[in-house]
Amino acid sequence: MKFTWFHLMPYRFLPDDFKDKYHSVWVDIPRNLYDPKVGHRLYNDYLDQLEYADQMGYDGLGVNEHHQNAYGMMPSPNLMAAALTRRTRNANLVVLGNSIALYNPPIRVAEEFAMLDVISGGRLVAGFPVGTSMDTNFCYGEVPATLREKYYEAHDLIVKSWTEPEMFSFNGKYTKLRYVNLWPKPVQQPRPPIWVPGGGSVETYDFCADHDYQYSFLSFFGYIAGKKVSDGYWEVMAKKGKELNPFSLGFAQTVAVSETDEQAEKDYSPHMDYFYNRCLHVYNGFADAPGYRTVKTIKAGILGQVGEQAAIRREGLKWRDFVEQGYIIAGSPKTVRERLREAMKSLNCGHLMLLMQLGSMPPELVRKNTSLFATEVMPYLRDLWTDFEDKWSPKRMPQNEIAVPAPVHFQKGEVNGAARTPAVSAEARSAK
Amino acid sequence: MNTTQKLLNGKFSLEMQVYGSGAPLLFIHGAGGLNPVEPFLEELGKDFKVYAPQFPGYGESTGNEYIDDVADAVLFFHELMDELGIPEANIMGHSMGGMLAAEVAAFDVHRAKKLVLVCPAGFWIDETPIPDFFAAQLDEIAGLLFHDPKSPAAQMMTAIPSDFKALETMYVERVKRLATASKFLWPIPDRGLKKRAYRIKAPTLLLWGDDDKLIPAVYAKEFTSRIKNSRVEMIKDAGHMIMYEQQAPFVAAVKKFLKG
Repeated sequence: MKFTWFHLMPYRFLPDDFKDKYHSVWVDIPRNLYDPKVGHRLYNDYLDQLEYADQMGYDGLGVNEHHQNAYGMMPSPNLMAAALTRRTRNANLVVLGNSIALYNPPIRVAEEFAMLDVISGGRLVAGFPVGTSMDTNFCYGEVPATLREKYYEAHDLIVKSWTEPEMFSFNGKYTKLRYVNLWPKPVQQPRPPIWVPGGGSVETYDFCADHDYQYSFLSFFGYIAGKKVSDGYWEVMAKKGKELNPFSLGFAQTVAVSETDEQAEKDYSPHMDYFYNRCLHVYNGFADAPGYRTVKTIKAGILGQVGEQAAIRREGLKWRDFVEQGYIIAGSPKTVRERLREAMKSLNCGHLMLLMQLGSMPPELVRKNTSLFATEVMPYLRDLWTDFEDKWSPKRMPQNEIAVPAPVHFQKGEVNGAARTPAVSAEARSAK
Repeated sequence: MNTTQKLLNGKFSLEMQVYGSGAPLLFIHGAGGLNPVEPFLEELGKDFKVYAPQFPGYGESTGNEYIDDVADAVLFFHELMDELGIPEANIMGHSMGGMLAAEVAAFDVHRAKKLVLVCPAGFWIDETPIPDFFAAQLDEIAGLLFHDPKSPAAQMMTAIPSDFKALETMYVERVKRLATASKFLWPIPDRGLKKRAYRIKAPTLLLWGDDDKLIPAVYAKEFTSRIKNSRVEMIKDAGHMIMYEQQAPFVAAVKKFLKG
């Protein structure tokens, strides 16, 4: 079993009446709700948390791409991954953006991913999401009817630019390049592993199965609701005669560990509420632009995870419901161990994407969750799937060849990182 | 009468409504497509031979995958006119169809004898943005399209079925149509008509509902300033769907212009 510590980087200080007073957390959220000085603090807290997860022995650090949105403040996950390359050593950099259809030409993605792979000595997982309708159609203006076709073309170009030994020309429908000559090329040969995050579009199962990519189901509904999707995926894999290797499936799950089950509720309940009722408050009209999903997927009856349908399902849910219905796996280490084992077995999942900072969780609580899980839960699940080879994790350079950043030296009296601790906290700032 | 027309060696198969007889009138529908029967076209059929195709991707018409942009759509209509034996005709278009009708006339100035643009799309004015129809919810649509959303015509065209199966069918249909429309209208309905509109030679009538909440009547000015031989007629107590809300004055205005 492998564990990726996944950060969404939410804005933690939306007003209490956000859901009632504001149209949507995504696309048209008012800009006056953002305070850059609070943002400064948050980005740095969040990078601290990812670095801490690296020290605690998680296999991967996850970042992703969203636009014009308060629950995911990472329009560019590559910037976050770049910051992490120098201050982490062990964990893989799981970059589950870039939404490759959004970049013209898409070799920009190939170049930046190659840079990250080279700087990190081969720790990169390249994520290729199609992207949500909010991000791609409404924020970035892509025509919904042609988004998927454009995505496939971008994919072909990027993979070819990594793997083709010679310079070539590319005469696509959306991108035409006389000279494709990627410089640098990735450390991982022939290319970094590719993970494709999906929200249940049936075409994405086929795409992953046909290319041997890892399919990452990133939902916020938890493993019980997610079973329908994983079953659909494994069914496609079986039909195509592929190995049912658990490491070819990733799954995002909210996990919250405390000393006891009761303490977990006390610790995490308000932050879950913040997440589900503020961070996921998305205007239904932005959830699914006409043409974003194919008729085939619509007819397969898979509903979006944001918007009205999703909100209806969550309506009135209390902490106990969230826990019972599997939205969140929470409690004492023992409870979490047992539940997670059951969950991962039922999904046949080898790559768990852990959501351990959610909603308004402050840094101390994130640290507690992260360390309790690392010491009291993770070791007890390592034995899962040891019979299978994980072909979807990076193959990094030999340890003795990996460059170590020179230590930072500050002169006495200069401001350094320590100055951040006594500085005004994000809480204090937002309270003003 | 409903016909099926094959085009370009079967690349397209078109469902088409044909009404009446007389001088040919090609009608290009808006993003919502055609209803199974169109009374306003039947009325016009008393004086003209009306051809109203469902655009590829709408109704039973196929071949949508061959159309990516305005140029493809224009060639499609030119081809259709040739095959129908009406290389030059009166052309009328509503909303997105108005935009395409203007493009058909601008690309080849010999195509349109006279042009009727019914609250057409095709331009964007920063000061008066067009509401985001693609993001609108089913219960918001009537309010955007009709002067009186409670009227029988509005109710008939925008009622939300309570039966789940019917709702699903309606939803899938809407997605199919708007997905096609998004090729011309997403995210802003400007595909360069402003560069080409000066070429339009045909006498042009712009018809607008005085209470059009989707494409506000101020857009009429944009058209008259760019199309030389054009004028506007406003129709009272009408929204974006003038031909349903004010059928009689609408049909009268079209007839008067085309026969005059």
